Amino acid sequence: MKNLIFLLIGVIFGITMFKSEAASWFRIYEMFQFQSFHMYGIIGSALLIGVVGIQVIKRLDLKSFSGETIELAPKTKGFNRYMFGGIIFGLGWALVGACPGPMFSLLGAGFGSIAVVILFSVLGTLVYGMVMKKLPH
Amino acid sequence: MNWIFEPWPWYVAGPLIALVMFSLLMADKNFGMSSNLRTLCAICGAGKSVDFFKIDWKAQQWNLLVLIGTVIGGYIGFHFLSNDTVVHLNPQTVTELKALGFQSAGSSYLPTELFETSNSFDVKNFSILAIGGLLIGFGTRYAGGCTSGHAISGLSNLQLPSLVAVIGFFIGGLIMVNVIFPLIFSL
Repeated sequence: MKNLIFLLIGVIFGITMFKSEAASWFRIYEMFQFQSFHMYGIIGSALLIGVVGIQVIKRLDLKSFSGETIELAPKTKGFNRYMFGGIIFGLGWALVGACPGPMFSLLGAGFGSIAVVILFSVLGTLVYGMVMKKLPH
Repeated sequence: MNWIFEPWPWYVAGPLIALVMFSLLMADKNFGMSSNLRTLCAICGAGKSVDFFKIDWKAQQWNLLVLIGTVIGGYIGFHFLSNDTVVHLNPQTVTELKALGFQSAGSSYLPTELFETSNSFDVKNFSILAIGGLLIGFGTRYAGGCTSGHAISGLSNLQLPSLVAVIGFFIGGLIMVNVIFPLIFSL
């Protein structure tokens, strides 16, 4: 039952990514050229609801379905990893126009060549794991 | 109900993404798609030689289910919820993209010049897709998250590191479209 819920959440996410065109290379280019409000509207409205919702959760100490306190994993402190990692990610995001959610939505939509991007993003993660100790974090 | 077959506006998509994040929180999980890339490495046996992948991937099964759902969602979105999938861009964007050699701008969902399977396997296009994938996979793990983990989950929780990461995403993206695109495309 719980597994079905996770699958369903993914389905909603995958449909939303495709139908909102957040999975379109063109929309990502347009966003980085500041030529449309569309992507900013998507991220901004999700964020606005997110910020308010999380404040409500924290202040009212709302519980999850299992009755547990809702845990929001805090990000570890630091600067270098977020800035350098972020820049590397941004270069890739703009180049192939898809981030790790939409690329799977595109795969389902039948764009076969996105499989190359997915395969190499797994490889990229593997390379990071191999060299991470040598990188500034 | 015809609107559902049209492209969904931002004020529908944004709240749905927030719904996804809150649904996962209610199920005791944190929204973040790129963790799956690490899990896939672990499943392929990378933990044998690299400690970073020595994780109990079964504990990440829930996120793989979200990933499989995302694939199914893409299938449903394309096959059952779309009349046509042309992305209607800012006319200025279309002009710029055509100058860069993307004639499909304004008449398709993805640039066919890059993603049409008959074009994707020439050396240049394959390299672009492969290098893009490597940068995404490497960068997202280095930064500890992608758009979902930082720009949505992290910023919603007012995490300063996520703000730094999102600023990094934009520095990288702006360098790519303004500096590198004119060098690699248009010829």
